[in-house]
Amino acid sequence: MKTRLRRTMMFLNAQRASLVKDAYIYKPDSIIFDLEDAVAENQKDSARIALYNALKSINYKGIELVVRINGLDTPHAKEDIRAAIAGGIHAVRVPKTETPGDIYAAEKEIEKAEREFGIEIGRTMIMGAIESPLGVINAFDIAKSSKRMMGISIGAGDYTRTMQTTRSIEGIELQGARSQLVIAARAAGIMCFDTVYTDIENTEGFINEVKLIKQLGFDGKSIISPKQIPIVHSVFAPSQSEIRRAEKTIRALKEHSQGGVGVFTVDGQMIDIAMLEGANRTIALAKASGVYEGDL
Amino acid sequence: MINKVGRDIPDEFLVNGREVFQGENYFHNKNYTKASPTVRANVDPKQEKVVPSLKEAIEKCELKDGMTISFHHHFRDGDYVVNMVVETIAEMGIKDITICASSVGDAHEPTVKHIESGVITGLSTSGIRGKIGEAVSKGLLKNVAFIRSHGGRVRAIEAGDIHIDVAFIGAPTSDAYGNARGKGGKSDCGVLSYSMVDAKYADKVVVITDCLVDFPNFPPSIQQVDVDYVVQVDEIGNPKKIANSVLRFTEDPRDLIIAEAAAQVLVNTPYFKDGFSFQTGGGGPSLAVTRFLRPYMEKQNIKMGFAIGGITKPMLDLLNDDFIRIIVDAQDFDLPSIESVNSHPRHFEISTSQYANPFNKGSFVNKLDFGILAALEIDTDFNVNVITGSDDGILRGAPGGHVDIAAGAKCSILVTPLLRTRIPTIREKVTTVTTPGESVDVVVTEVGIAINPKRQDLLEALQNIKLPLPLRTIEELKNEAYAIAGAPEEIEFEDKVVALVEYRDGTIIDVVRKIKNSD
Amino acid sequence: MILTKSAIAGTLESSDVQITIEPNHNGIELFISSIVMGQYGKQIKDVVIKTLEKLGVENAKITVVDKGALDCTIKARVECAVFRAADITENLPWGEKL
Repeated sequence: MKTRLRRTMMFLNAQRASLVKDAYIYKPDSIIFDLEDAVAENQKDSARIALYNALKSINYKGIELVVRINGLDTPHAKEDIRAAIAGGIHAVRVPKTETPGDIYAAEKEIEKAEREFGIEIGRTMIMGAIESPLGVINAFDIAKSSKRMMGISIGAGDYTRTMQTTRSIEGIELQGARSQLVIAARAAGIMCFDTVYTDIENTEGFINEVKLIKQLGFDGKSIISPKQIPIVHSVFAPSQSEIRRAEKTIRALKEHSQGGVGVFTVDGQMIDIAMLEGANRTIALAKASGVYEGDL
Repeated sequence: MINKVGRDIPDEFLVNGREVFQGENYFHNKNYTKASPTVRANVDPKQEKVVPSLKEAIEKCELKDGMTISFHHHFRDGDYVVNMVVETIAEMGIKDITICASSVGDAHEPTVKHIESGVITGLSTSGIRGKIGEAVSKGLLKNVAFIRSHGGRVRAIEAGDIHIDVAFIGAPTSDAYGNARGKGGKSDCGVLSYSMVDAKYADKVVVITDCLVDFPNFPPSIQQVDVDYVVQVDEIGNPKKIANSVLRFTEDPRDLIIAEAAAQVLVNTPYFKDGFSFQTGGGGPSLAVTRFLRPYMEKQNIKMGFAIGGITKPMLDLLNDDFIRIIVDAQDFDLPSIESVNSHPRHFEISTSQYANPFNKGSFVNKLDFGILAALEIDTDFNVNVITGSDDGILRGAPGGHVDIAAGAKCSILVTPLLRTRIPTIREKVTTVTTPGESVDVVVTEVGIAINPKRQDLLEALQNIKLPLPLRTIEELKNEAYAIAGAPEEIEFEDKVVALVEYRDGTIIDVVRKIKNSD
Repeated sequence: MILTKSAIAGTLESSDVQITIEPNHNGIELFISSIVMGQYGKQIKDVVIKTLEKLGVENAKITVVDKGALDCTIKARVECAVFRAADITENLPWGEKL
């Protein structure tokens, strides 16, 4: 399903049995089973078979299931896709996406696998992980390259390396990429996700980064530790005052629409019909975050 | 005979008035006569109590074959006293001795060879871990062992079910006349609560210390009027293993999920109001609950009337920030607690009897609102096992205060992961019953919360609250555990009974049998 | 399925299982050790045998060192060891024999 909450996308090494077996207790919105960077070269086969069996036997309680396959330029990608599709994966995350061609290549294998394993054609979504300057430049074309595209994300590790700079706490080196990606995603009508935060002990730094990317318009963030999940969900949850303003907006618009008035003031703030969508989104997010106590 | 939790207790053990478990309050209002020790009148004022060696103290106590000796476990895994005494007894050629300890564990591995050789033929204890647990499970102890809770041990001693001939009391400091304290020495433990009943009911009392101090060593936990001899040794224990320098809060995300849910259950019961009382142990999830409670207490301006434990720094923080009025202390787990009990005006040492003895006129557990407890196994009747391992049935746990707290607390909350590696903690039947289901009110796992159907009042209080985890039946939790791991096979034992599990009132709630021979 | 060499799959980490497989000529020889032998020994044996049957392996010596793995992990590690021992690296029969 292309539209759903994806505030947290938790990476899991598919080869690690102890992590895979009950990751759902941490309640991320999505789980990304990693067959790529986390898995040693000589264990790619093992991770893939482990993924397939996990998908077939474990009840992940409605959490979205994503696989990060190896790049299409490696000998592993095709079999990764076959195993994941046969297992019923919801989305395929393509690493190091630079051009729409990378998406087409993945799509071709995905469709083949859907046919082979009797999955409804087109059901499997695609995410493009953008990790280089060329990818950033091509972000909009990548984002609209396929009907299967569900989102794009920025992968800071490889990106900063290819940009010939380093990661800093404030993240100024990511500013351009973050802005361009979120603009591209919105223009293409898909979601946008921020990169992982590796300093697990630095809670304050993490909170600041999550607040920043939320303000930039990102839909969610990649997660590498269960500890990060409640923090992201809390930052993304609308505050009670935001919820109240949204409720007032919705109710007032409903009232005034009957009277034929298009613009008016509530609590000293100008309200017009353009704000309805945002208000509805706030209420939906509040409900999904479990903080909505009203009756809309 | 089948008891109230459905366990069959062989008739051969139901002798001399011993009965099977018939309910938490079966003995309520029954009268009994307390036992009393046969003691020596130490009239001559010139008599000295300090004896140059442990051997001489044991000789003077006239310890003979077949007698019972006792120990406390305030030194935990850092204890040297039990091994020292048993070693000396063995060297002296004495045998057939019963140990009445408040707990034994990994530190006491050296006694296993003395069990095998017949020096030690009987054991009464709460905790039993490591090699000594294995030895008993293999049937190496000549007489059947007794597993008792902390409160149950005191009851058994005071009622005369067990008679202590010589009590050995390890003390961080003592003066030459036997006033002993848990503070001021090289290996402090804070309190000496477990041995207070020993001092009053044993025929002979020997204090063993590595730090002799000036007379009088006041205020004493163990009093001079009860002590026969004092022995000074080089070391009574390893200070690093007696007290953790600081007990750290768990960072395990699963433990935190469980702890947070338990805290939210707690604050939504009617007992969470100003002056409430609280107990928690030193384990991961239960300790973490303390941390999650604080914001609720701040927000609603609610303070704890008293806290009991098992005391650790997180409790002290609440005390020092005025969220707790009084701490009553029967054991300390870390250095800050050891310091606090001896210096803070609202932190008090109590005896194990005051803490949990069911047969006195009212112990602290009776006044508890909340107890947060752990478990090895819980069954669909809410019975709990905290004594035997799931996969092999070997003795490796401790009822401790579990049974007492669960019985006394208005709301007992068990916190446990649904599975430990592959092993379901929630299951059809527990391997051994230590705590009866009627004492258990709430079970919190990381996939859901189960409320004992007996507690319709709690169910009503909680069912409309938005809790972080769903309310489920205990059967549903068991089914989920079995769906994930598969239904576990029941492990097989031999017929021979190696230990009786005594409920706090002296009735037998279950038996532990010998493990099947694999060698 | 014909096995041409020995292979290992899985690890000794908690919740995992290490499977060692060697080709032989006298049927299935199974050696199991587990930290949950008492409660799940039989189940572990069942899963290993069934997985081998489904893959069509008739002759092999299998050593299982289990650290509390769930059935799906045991199955996955057996499958991985078998395909490694048979030198099959692509076009695995997902959904059929797995």
